Amino acid sequence: MIAAILSLTLLGAALGLLLGIAGRYLAVEGNPLNAEVEALLPGTNCGQCGFPGCAGAAAAIIDNLAPATCCPPGGKAVAAAIAERIGLALDLSGVADQGPQIATVSEEICIGCCRCLKVCPTDAIVGAAKQIHNVLREACTGCAACIERCPTEAMSMRPVPVTLQHWVWPKPAFA
Amino acid sequence: MGFMERFVSKLGSHWGVHPDDRKRPAADAPVRRMPMPARLYVPLLQHIGTAARPTVLVGQQVLKGQPVAEPQGMVSAAIHAPTSGTVVAIGEIAAPHPSGLPLAAVTIEADGEDRWADLVGASDPFAIDPLEIGKRVARAGVVGMGGAAFPSAVKLTGSLRAKIATLIVNGGECEPYLSCDDRLMRDRAAEVVDGIRIALHATGARVALVGIEDNKPEAIAAMSRAAEAYGEIKVKPVPARYPMGSEKQLILTLTGREVPATGRPSDVGVLVHNVGTLVAVREAIRFGRPLVSRLITLNGGAMRAPGNIEVPIGALVEEVVAFANGFKEAPARLLMGGPMMGMQLPDLRVPVVKGTSGILALGAAEVAEREPAPCIRCGSCVRACPVGLLPLEMAHRIASADFSGAVGLGLKDCIACGCCAYVCPARIPLVQYFNHARGELAARERAKLRAEAARKLAAARAERIEREAREKAEAAARRKAERDAARKAAAPATTTEEATA
Amino acid sequence: MSQIRASDLIASPHAHDGGSVGLTMRRVMYALTPATLFGLWLYGWPAINLFLVTVASCLVFEFASQRLMGRRASLGDGSALLSGWLLALTLPPWAPWWIGVVGGLIAIVVGKQVFGGLGQNLFNPAMVARVALLVSFPVVMTQWVAPQPLTAPASPGFVAGMRITLTSPPLPDAIASASLLGHAKTELSRGVDLLHAFAAPGAPTPSAAGMRAGSLGEGAALLIVAGGLYLFFAGVIGWQIPVAVLAGIAVPAAIAHGIDPARHLGAAEHLLSGAALLGAFFIATDYVTSPNTAAGQLIFGLGVGLLTWIIRGWGGYPEGMAFAVLLMNALTPVIDRYVKPRILGRRRDGRELAPVQS
Repeated sequence: MIAAILSLTLLGAALGLLLGIAGRYLAVEGNPLNAEVEALLPGTNCGQCGFPGCAGAAAAIIDNLAPATCCPPGGKAVAAAIAERIGLALDLSGVADQGPQIATVSEEICIGCCRCLKVCPTDAIVGAAKQIHNVLREACTGCAACIERCPTEAMSMRPVPVTLQHWVWPKPAFA
Repeated sequence: MGFMERFVSKLGSHWGVHPDDRKRPAADAPVRRMPMPARLYVPLLQHIGTAARPTVLVGQQVLKGQPVAEPQGMVSAAIHAPTSGTVVAIGEIAAPHPSGLPLAAVTIEADGEDRWADLVGASDPFAIDPLEIGKRVARAGVVGMGGAAFPSAVKLTGSLRAKIATLIVNGGECEPYLSCDDRLMRDRAAEVVDGIRIALHATGARVALVGIEDNKPEAIAAMSRAAEAYGEIKVKPVPARYPMGSEKQLILTLTGREVPATGRPSDVGVLVHNVGTLVAVREAIRFGRPLVSRLITLNGGAMRAPGNIEVPIGALVEEVVAFANGFKEAPARLLMGGPMMGMQLPDLRVPVVKGTSGILALGAAEVAEREPAPCIRCGSCVRACPVGLLPLEMAHRIASADFSGAVGLGLKDCIACGCCAYVCPARIPLVQYFNHARGELAARERAKLRAEAARKLAAARAERIEREAREKAEAAARRKAERDAARKAAAPATTTEEATA
Repeated sequence: MSQIRASDLIASPHAHDGGSVGLTMRRVMYALTPATLFGLWLYGWPAINLFLVTVASCLVFEFASQRLMGRRASLGDGSALLSGWLLALTLPPWAPWWIGVVGGLIAIVVGKQVFGGLGQNLFNPAMVARVALLVSFPVVMTQWVAPQPLTAPASPGFVAGMRITLTSPPLPDAIASASLLGHAKTELSRGVDLLHAFAAPGAPTPSAAGMRAGSLGEGAALLIVAGGLYLFFAGVIGWQIPVAVLAGIAVPAAIAHGIDPARHLGAAEHLLSGAALLGAFFIATDYVTSPNTAAGQLIFGLGVGLLTWIIRGWGGYPEGMAFAVLLMNALTPVIDRYVKPRILGRRRDGRELAPVQS
């Protein structure tokens, strides 16, 4: 009886000590997932998700404060990648992904104020003072930061037209 | 199939399927030639690779065979005017593709004269340097005519470099309904053989094996006769089994060699060309004629007069069908290509392109009903798959959006031949699942590249802003220092030298 | 420029070989018909009643559970009918009506619909039901009758048959009979060796024609083999599972019998008794619960055969086919995970083949 109690107590103490040591020496500073998820996000810090930059969004997603689908420019693709990385079941069929969008300038309204190009996180808008601006299609991430800045509402978001090369077969509807 | 054959075929593990070929009577009807339509819509992208760049202007007069667009990049093909006339537009036409999305095209109004441009042929192709043959084939815009439409010149010169030993001539034509290659071999066997000899010369291959499915005895006979005089060309009948005309399956059957999964035929010392392509190569070398027309099969239960027709590239399907006396019943499904891998057409106002092997108008009786049942895991698809995949497992993963799982099962090795869906008793659209997954994966890949580019741009911008701020601060500091110095200089003149040093 | 509506978009292939789930199920039923008719003739009206009750209850439970789940009823595909049919063939021919009803309930609801319906079940529904019945009602499920052909004077008429099915009176000794496997097991447990047990008058003998005591449809060996061959030639089943199951039983049986004929039945006795043939051709070959690849099917079949032989020899029950099938069903996902076909241009481990230089 005494032997049993003693041995169990010893066992408990030894294991507890081991755990304590392991906890101290094998501790990981910060969540390594944060950096990985941040790498999956567009990295333009556009702020559309409502968190401070992509790092903030990554932390929020991991802490379950935001859904994996919180990044509008990233769309379905980024959401799926994040969900896969953090092992989250994600029903993407419900995500309203209007497809990738880019900003466009209505040339007849643009007054060449240069405000939009200052806020563009990827320098995708080109133009000079009193000259009509234009958006570089390849560089625009569709973050929509410029839309608010335009004093004449010359900026608008338009979906990127689907081309033959980018067309995707729909998933079979049945079964 | 006889009883014993059936027994033996059931014992072994055999890839592929045996669809009812339905090639006759269309295959036995004589070839007709379509008169030149009033307008031709010549797409700039009729091949695998980058679209060609137009080299003509609207309003310009062109002659038949004159280039209207030049290749761009490594893998691309030139496009030529299929007839003489005027370029009336460089705009868009619905692509012969189920999406019905637009495709850039040069519209030519025929002048009715059908006058050829000046062409440079060669009376002795075997005196031309092999590399030069490749260049001339490229100039003629020849692409693979079996359906994939890969630029032929790229294959020819690549094979010359890889020192291939065997040229395989694909006369398999395993797709049901289609008979344009069959017809070509029956009617123009001598030209095919001449094309084979030119290709042998261009690639340095020593032997040519002509693989023809044994359901085309006339073609086998005609080709054997034509090739008799040339010991290096051997006609090899192969069993009629779909997809025998698929490159890797034909190589395996004829040479016993297996092309590595992501490799090319040249990895096993082989080059494969379709018979139609070789005739186009011959035309390009002997007469300098670019690829501006092709033989296509019109077939299907709804077609009034099935048969093979010589059609200029860019002719609308609508006009081709009208030339063949139209439909005898409303087609239940319109296809470009064969029933196994062909594409559904949105409507008839799409152009015939270089890779068009046939136009099928299937009647209601020929179209498989679509009422998918749940998968009963019967494994028919596993037995039918010519690549050795597990189609049911792949589709199952794709259905739950697990694309990487599907890739792990070999999605990228799938050749989309359709054997699995052809035999599926539950009629699950397996190929559509695979197409969908591939499209999604490609879209994700593109999105990733875009995101990376955006990240770089954002970093560059951040750096620029920082640099500008730093430079501004430095400039301000400098100005301040200068001002201070000037002030000091104004007071005691002796310190001026120190401040400006 | 017209667009095809997304719902009308159809990817290739646009041709089909004409097969369907319903056709496959119907072919299995055609193959079962001769052996079934023979069984019904052999055991008379009570067997006919039991067969109808079992099949009907499977259909009713299928319909009810699909209704309950708000799904479209799919009785047309014939899968519930076939499950009921197979279950009935493995029941004692004079079993009371409620055996059929409870069996149908277990097969369809517990064995199939709970998993998600057709194609989703892990275990063969008919075997789940049979094993559940055997474990719950061991006495009723092992009461065999000597053949009473419908045409024989001793065969109960329609009314008498109804009484047997509805009230299940105790069987008269003249009718009750032991199955071959049951006889062997009982005698061995009494210490009588097999040589003496089968030398005794009245001992059951193996019969290829099926004139023996046993489950409703498992007896007619020749008719079952004929049905199996039809399925093979119609392309419904491969040769792998039946051959492997029969080899898995026969090979160890022959070896053990050769070593000690007093304790082990021979290969012929094993193959011709119990549900060996019915199981090999019709039950182990169930698509949903067997592996997809030829190699996997061989492993699966050998496993079923070997386990059957082991259970028959050393288990608590004289017959082991149902248990063996269920055990191997449980292994099917594992087999499917590890046994995959080789991809063209790749080695078995998935690595790419090396280029060959000419």
